[in-house]
Amino acid sequence: MLAFTLRRIAISIPVLLISSFVVFVLASAAGDPLDPLLARNPPPPPQTIANETERLRLDDPLLSRYWQWLTGIFQGDFGPSVNPARVIGDEIGDRFLVTLRLIALAMIVALVLAVVVGVVSAVKQYSLVDYGATFFGFLFLSMPAFWLAILLKQAGIEFNLAVGDSVIYTIGEATPNFQGSFGERLADIAGHMVLPTISLALISYAAWSRYQRASMLEVMNSDYIRLARAKGLPQRTVTVRHGLRNALIPLTTVTALDLASIISGAVVTERVFQWRGMGDFLLNAIATDDVYATMAWLLVTATVVILFNLIADLLYAVLDPRIRYA
Amino acid sequence: MTAEDVLAGGRPEGAAEPVRPSDPVLEVSGLTVGFPSEDGMVQAVRGVDYSLRGGEVLGIVGESGSGKSVTSLAVMGLLPRTAKVSGSVRFRGRELIGMSEAELNKVRGRDISMIFQDPMTSLNPVYSVGYQIAEAVRAHHGVSKAAALDRAADLLELVRIPNPGQRLSAYPHELSGGMRQRVVIAIAMANDPDVIIADEPTTALDVTVQAQIMQSLQAAQAETGAAMVLITHDLGVIAGQADRVLVMYAGKPVEIGTAEDVFYTARMPYTFGLLGSLPRLDRPSERLTPIPGSPPSVVNMPPGCPFTPRCPLAIPLCDEREPELEPTTDAGHLAACHRSDELVGKSPGDVFTTGVADTEALAHFVEESEELA
Amino acid sequence: MPEPTTTTTTPAPGAPAGGAQPGPSGRAEREFTVAERSQFQLVLRRFLQHRLAMVSLVVLVLLVLLAYVGGALWKYKFGEYTPDESEPPSWEHPFGTDSAGRDQFAQVLRGTQISLQIAVLVALFATVVGTIWGAVAGYFGGLVDTLMMRVSDLILTLPLIAVAAMLGHNFGGTWWLIALVIAGLYWAYVSRVARGVVLSLREKEFIEAARALGSSDVRIILRHLVPNALGAIIVNATILIAVAILLETALSYLGFGVTAPDTSLGLLVSEAQTALSTRPWLFYFPGLFIILIALCINFIGDGLRDALDPQQTKVRR
Repeated sequence: MLAFTLRRIAISIPVLLISSFVVFVLASAAGDPLDPLLARNPPPPPQTIANETERLRLDDPLLSRYWQWLTGIFQGDFGPSVNPARVIGDEIGDRFLVTLRLIALAMIVALVLAVVVGVVSAVKQYSLVDYGATFFGFLFLSMPAFWLAILLKQAGIEFNLAVGDSVIYTIGEATPNFQGSFGERLADIAGHMVLPTISLALISYAAWSRYQRASMLEVMNSDYIRLARAKGLPQRTVTVRHGLRNALIPLTTVTALDLASIISGAVVTERVFQWRGMGDFLLNAIATDDVYATMAWLLVTATVVILFNLIADLLYAVLDPRIRYA
Repeated sequence: MTAEDVLAGGRPEGAAEPVRPSDPVLEVSGLTVGFPSEDGMVQAVRGVDYSLRGGEVLGIVGESGSGKSVTSLAVMGLLPRTAKVSGSVRFRGRELIGMSEAELNKVRGRDISMIFQDPMTSLNPVYSVGYQIAEAVRAHHGVSKAAALDRAADLLELVRIPNPGQRLSAYPHELSGGMRQRVVIAIAMANDPDVIIADEPTTALDVTVQAQIMQSLQAAQAETGAAMVLITHDLGVIAGQADRVLVMYAGKPVEIGTAEDVFYTARMPYTFGLLGSLPRLDRPSERLTPIPGSPPSVVNMPPGCPFTPRCPLAIPLCDEREPELEPTTDAGHLAACHRSDELVGKSPGDVFTTGVADTEALAHFVEESEELA
Repeated sequence: MPEPTTTTTTPAPGAPAGGAQPGPSGRAEREFTVAERSQFQLVLRRFLQHRLAMVSLVVLVLLVLLAYVGGALWKYKFGEYTPDESEPPSWEHPFGTDSAGRDQFAQVLRGTQISLQIAVLVALFATVVGTIWGAVAGYFGGLVDTLMMRVSDLILTLPLIAVAAMLGHNFGGTWWLIALVIAGLYWAYVSRVARGVVLSLREKEFIEAARALGSSDVRIILRHLVPNALGAIIVNATILIAVAILLETALSYLGFGVTAPDTSLGLLVSEAQTALSTRPWLFYFPGLFIILIALCINFIGDGLRDALDPQQTKVRR
């Protein structure tokens, strides 16, 4: 298992290198980061422009710029931002934690929901519950993440207006400059998480519950379930211990594969709720042609995706004794 | 608690419960099973009656689709929910059809247990075989995990698995098909059942392993003193094992009797067909006599005997009315054929012509070769 | 359970209907009373019986007609300013008007056109490129397979929205460029599916039988691989339309997709979000159109999947 893990990490490094290079080229070609400077009226002195060009390494050839960026990473230098006051490395750490808590919680909620709904609709196939779950699954599958998020946000605002107090937070990831004890701060953060988590979880759960239902149906029709029933085990034991236990195995792979699309969903959700997380960081970086900020975002995200896939593969081996990594 | 105590918890050691051989443990009467389908009701079982006495082995023979497996699943209450089941299944006088799942769960695995066809898929891939056997023990006996595992090791030894103690922690994928089937047999005998239903237990296995599995089954039956229903499409498996034989065709029994009755004085052309298709090494070489055609579809069945299209003895009456099971030589030997009286003293070769299916093809082949030449 | 499946009367796709040869006595009708059906008839029949998919198909056709025919006939044109500003829905303006007096119904119809065009172009382009890519990789295997699939994997590890937004920021605005950007990322998903199908088919007995009979590679690909892989690819392409609509609207919402003066359903929602309390109709109608289109396409895809692959949904109830 250790050898497998190390080998997988070793394979990931070239993938990271190539994808980072591709994105670097794309980001560098996207637009001129000096545009806002050049558009300024009155025009800035040529020296200022030359300094900015120098600072953003715009005169160096592309390959050299990529190499500088790559070697800089190992010294903790993520490269210069278009905003001279901004240190990319410092900022992305905070942003990462903000987004991580949204994604992690939404995924847990979505997984629990998907497993419960998937199992219930498989066990009660063609019942009213199953049809209802199927319909809502398809509905959320067909709903744009931002539309649902805006809807929930509006519902929160209306609720607050009706109550006459700000009970549900609809803007930001936490109250800015919050003063209070650790517990109060935690409660503040949790309050801000409610709506974004619900909207991201609902969008993600839909596909998973469909998947879990199909997987559960397949397992429940298998011969070993019939043998388990022939042993005289109670229905509950058969469903959970023999059915669910096996039906969960493929879900680990699906969850890992879907992480990239959840990150996409989080970008949109953060925009709606105006969170200062990774999504906001990325969108700003792209809008301002901030190449090195985009690269930092990509590096962090791709690393997380690769690590998560590795964990899923290891978990798969734990769940299924037939899989052995040597 | 030791393994012996677990055994004792079930039943007195060694001797089975005093069941007089004449007492029926399992009585099936008027059992029918239908499955709704796009093309109408699929009548998989159209009225099966049999009774099984304590310690007896009943062989059920028939082609694929004759309803033999569905019958057994109906007895166990393991059919899919869409199946329409009617009739009666009584275990020691208690009606099982219509029983609640919770009550059925007390019967399944404890009173009646079942062995399935494909050992490759019968065991849960994510649990060790020890766990899966112990689970069967613990489903019906409140014993500790350790005691149940001890019992599992004993069971593995009974079905002749070498190093049973070590095998307990093996996962199904680490065992061969024959080994896995023995584990399934061990599970079936875990609670000393009164009836073991073996549904084609050797079909999916290599010929070399089949005999060993039959031995394990015999050992299981001897150990538990259970009556057994042995389902197969292979008369060779039944010969020498079954006390009585039931032949099924198109969802209905067409002949039932002692093994001697059915093997030596069959009274139904289909039984002759089955016997004629069986290669025998104990006699001077005879040509095999295959049954022409294939089994009928059991959707929208026309009236009359379903075997008519394939039967060399068919007369107009056969197309009009389906014959009932009626006594022949004695009250225990029943056959469903309008012409069963005429079959006295006949052998398969008299009823079916050798290679009947091939003659047309052969003629065709000869014609073609001549054309080419 | 072996028994009910062997008595199932609908033959598995590709397999000839069993017992079709007439019995020796000429009483064939007794042997098999169910009419033989071709695979296409079976698929069509199963699809037609899928009520939800049929309803969705009808609704989708009506939506497309509404967008194109309705858009051409409607009294207000897209981008036309009317004197009615911020009007709630009425007979005059079924979806109301925005603060500049534009008729939201005309806007939504135009947005539907653009969003549909993008989605269909994405599905076509990604399916063609992805299928060829995946099929070639799967059919030839070895080093070709490894190299080609590494390229696909590379694209799959990049979070789609980031790359799409980056490219959209660069090339964005025009609908067909957005479509090409999205398709340029989605073909990698399709190539995975196509490769999987081809790989599994390559090992099937009927392919080996065809090879043993001396069929050429071209014949095997055209007569056996393509028809058998077509089902999975069509289902995938259908679902892809829904996925592409959602991605396009998300991109347009974020400002990296279709931009003014043109419009799309995502852009309309984006423009309306600040006015949700005051002019909710501007927000709800384009959103409902997105959901309705995606929902119909998902249901159609589901129906197609069921119709093409009855094994997958066949259940032991």
